[in-house]
Amino acid sequence: MRGAARRGRTRLPAVLGAVVATLGLLAGCSGAGALGSAEGVETVTVAIVSNPQMEDAISLAPEFEAEHPGIRLRFVSLSENEARAKITASVATGGGEFDIVMISNYETPQWAQNGWLTNLEPYMAATPGYDRADFIPTVRDSLSYEGQMYSVPFYGESSFLMYRKDLFEQAGIQMPAQPTWQQVAQYAAQLDKGPGQQRGICLRGKPGWGEVMAPLDTVINTFGGRWYDPQWQAQLTSPEVKGAVQFYVDLVREHGQPGASQSGFSECATQFGQGEVAMWYDATSAAGTVEDPAESTVAGKIGYAPAPTVATPSSGWLYTWSLGIPQTSPRKDAAWQFMSWMTSKEYIQRAGNDPEIGWTSIPPGSRQSTYQIPQYQQVANAYAPLILDGLQRANPQQPTVQPVPYQGVQFVRIPEFQDLGTRVSQQVSAAIAGQITVDEALEQSQNYAETVGESYQR
Amino acid sequence: MAVTTSTPPDTQEPAAPPEPRRQKRSAANVWLGVVAWIVGIAFFFPVFWMVLTSFKQETDAYTTTPKIIFEPTLEQYEGVFSAGVGPYLVNSVIATVFSTLLVLLLGIPAAFAVSLRPVKKTQDVLFFFISTKMLPVVAVIVPIYVVVNQIGMLDNIWTLVVLYTGMNLPIAVWMMRSFFLEVPGELLEQASIDGAPLWRTLREIVLPIISPGIFATALICVIFAWNEFFFAVNLTAANAGTVPVFLVGFITSEGLYWAQLSAAATMAALPVVIAGWVAQNKLVQGLSFGAVK
Repeated sequence: MRGAARRGRTRLPAVLGAVVATLGLLAGCSGAGALGSAEGVETVTVAIVSNPQMEDAISLAPEFEAEHPGIRLRFVSLSENEARAKITASVATGGGEFDIVMISNYETPQWAQNGWLTNLEPYMAATPGYDRADFIPTVRDSLSYEGQMYSVPFYGESSFLMYRKDLFEQAGIQMPAQPTWQQVAQYAAQLDKGPGQQRGICLRGKPGWGEVMAPLDTVINTFGGRWYDPQWQAQLTSPEVKGAVQFYVDLVREHGQPGASQSGFSECATQFGQGEVAMWYDATSAAGTVEDPAESTVAGKIGYAPAPTVATPSSGWLYTWSLGIPQTSPRKDAAWQFMSWMTSKEYIQRAGNDPEIGWTSIPPGSRQSTYQIPQYQQVANAYAPLILDGLQRANPQQPTVQPVPYQGVQFVRIPEFQDLGTRVSQQVSAAIAGQITVDEALEQSQNYAETVGESYQR
Repeated sequence: MAVTTSTPPDTQEPAAPPEPRRQKRSAANVWLGVVAWIVGIAFFFPVFWMVLTSFKQETDAYTTTPKIIFEPTLEQYEGVFSAGVGPYLVNSVIATVFSTLLVLLLGIPAAFAVSLRPVKKTQDVLFFFISTKMLPVVAVIVPIYVVVNQIGMLDNIWTLVVLYTGMNLPIAVWMMRSFFLEVPGELLEQASIDGAPLWRTLREIVLPIISPGIFATALICVIFAWNEFFFAVNLTAANAGTVPVFLVGFITSEGLYWAQLSAAATMAALPVVIAGWVAQNKLVQGLSFGAVK
């Protein structure tokens, strides 16, 4: 008994010791997923948004590594919301996990002003053949701070209207070269066959500043509405904004897709691709999805029109996913080598000629030269000129009729907008679901916007 | 989560003494059985739908009239494998196994102390443990992120091991305390009369009795650690990402992803389902063990 007890007593520390030793041993090789890096090889970590074009880039990256034996690439691919939160936290706190971050024209000028990003002008100047002047001017400007580019575009998008040519023909409707929203509403009513059958139009209704707010903001702009007047007085209960939001909510409630308050890009892509709706107003990058026969049953039957307007000459948005180098990165040169490869003219050729990717899925909307490529013109003739035109005409400085104190078409380029836009979008989504009225949604939204506006009134 | 739903609903009542109104009682049993099955199916259906969707093409995955009949494909699973799930799996295993071991190592003595050998202010201690679960994780992520960043432990799997240990410890102590309280007092008295030292009492008398309970506790810890997303997504990057972080890489804001996401999610749920299935008997035993009070 005594002997056993003594054994028992000594075993606890022994077990503890063993576990601690094992932990220590394993801690030595922290991050079991990490690849050991060889001598003289730099590992560049890239944070990227998991959209289809980016996944294509990841699949082509081994070619870059083969051409640059001194550089290894590691990708952290996250969905848009997670990526944005993660990248913002990392860059803002100097976390230093990433050498390259994928950000948009919402972040770039703000972060450049904060000193978080590396000025890319010297790198571009030192890279022969990179051709900075080839970037679409509005896209380039949207990624610049004080005339210097702080991120380089991978792809750019505007918004446009997609419609089923066959259904329009059957109904005897001719889509005008520049439709108005009133016309679109009328066509939606004509082509709506009622609940459970083919509906008139798909419009996003999911909460999120990058979800329902993106198309809705363009509607608000073209109805003459704005978030703030030049004195930063919130304007969300103005007659123009009310008219626009009421129009959008009525249209999607009366002739829109089922489950509208939970629909985002992917849901609309499916509904339109399955022939369940006659029109869809969304990002120009949708063309790659709905024209892909593997993902869509209506490929080849789709017509395209510019973003519908009311009181402004154009109303498409301007958005670009771009690559930047955080100031904290110790591997800026290696990072630039990969970034310049991924945003070069040669990359677009490479992706277009790749049998797995093809010309319909190249990253569009970054370079003007893309629109001169014969192979691309051949497959994308129906929509490519509209994308270029939409991007060139987008006007982030003057998005609506009246002057505004902020920049941005489908967003207000201030740090508070991620939160403000999301709160307002929740109200709008509730109105689309029929839980509250548009007036109630906008009264509440106005309160949120006033709180934010006050901090800019000084 | 998947574990509890994958086991068939337990409709058996504890053996009732024979009663004159047996007929009435068996009718009630039938009703309880029906309710249990409905609840079971309601819980299991999303899992079933996820597995079904994982064998679909993207075009079949999200249709207004959901498709039950379709041409099955393994394409989505191929896609998940080619996306490189390996390192994420290894990280998840490390985070789960080591945090669970640490929880047991610290939790068993703690639970023993607050149940069979009540220390001073046991109630306060117990309340202190559970109070750490009262704050939502999002409220503490900023200080945690700053601290982890300062000590250079961002993107390190051992950071997650420590955090998951802290996350699961209060639940484990509370769960195991209820199991310890089931141990008959006479046995302990007997042991102390025999002069058995504390450690020996714990190891040779208490632990064998409550081993199903420890099993159940360990499995709960495994499930929580395996499924944890918030810490993982905020504190890891290229090296220490776990399976839930890998999953969100399939969500895209501009494309179709439901089928592939379902395939990835099915694979992510599989290890836990298997663990639950293997431990099924012990688990049921353990869960009913502590819950009879």
